Amino acid sequence: MTNAGNFKLTTRGDREIVMTRTFDAPRNLVFDAFTKPELVRQWLLGPPGWSMPVCEIDLRVGGTYRYVWRKPGAPDMGMGGIYREVLVPERIVATEKFDQAWYPGEAIGTLLLVEQTGKTTVTQTVLYESQEARDGILKSGMETGVAASYDRLAELLTRGLEKRASKS
Amino acid sequence: MLQTFRALAEPNRLQIVELLLAGPRPVGDMVDELGLRQPQVSKHLRVLSEAGLVDVRVDAQRRIYTLRSAPLQELEAWLERYRRIWESNFQRLDALLDDMKANEKKQVRKKPQTKR
Repeated sequence: MTNAGNFKLTTRGDREIVMTRTFDAPRNLVFDAFTKPELVRQWLLGPPGWSMPVCEIDLRVGGTYRYVWRKPGAPDMGMGGIYREVLVPERIVATEKFDQAWYPGEAIGTLLLVEQTGKTTVTQTVLYESQEARDGILKSGMETGVAASYDRLAELLTRGLEKRASKS
Repeated sequence: MLQTFRALAEPNRLQIVELLLAGPRPVGDMVDELGLRQPQVSKHLRVLSEAGLVDVRVDAQRRIYTLRSAPLQELEAWLERYRRIWESNFQRLDALLDDMKANEKKQVRKKPQTKR
């Protein structure tokens, strides 16, 4: 649990969401964990109860990937896209689109891995076609998205609510 | 919830909420600080009010706005849920990476590096 708490979720401009997290492992291992299906399906699961029966990755420029999540009693949730840039083991750019897209157009996801003294910082960026698309992400609970300035908002909410709590 | 998000997605309205976090304020005050015209500020306040984010009371000639914390708490709970989902993904990944590191070490021990 040493890494818990270094997770950051922020927005950049109107259309981007940026997530960063540091892992206590060298970059080549982290890259494998993000790109080898047998490894991805062990961790990219979301809320409890979901499994990942489909995880196909053809890691080359122009290659596709496809993920499907399943939970008994709930409709399957799938997404996929096409790789636009692949630089092993540091950078991947790919399109991404959920099957039940609640936002218009595609999004572009960038995965960046930077290693420093044996630890790897992962930055995941999602660029949506429009601000409406990004803000629309929040209609579902599990995707890589939150609406405008929510991180800044979350911060001030926490501060503000604490202040209120201490006043009353 | 969605109404709260929509109301706050507009940068000026978010700024109004930030101002009100410090305490109740009259409209005129906010007009000065935001650098917007009064009708614009009033329009934003109306949206915030419809979303249940602010309350208004009239004090002499002034309309004083106060933040309501319920929708903000709901929003915070939503964000927290979202973070928890990703954090649980990442904690599983931490454990997986530990296994991978251990496996790598084992393999190195089994197969001492040969000279090429």
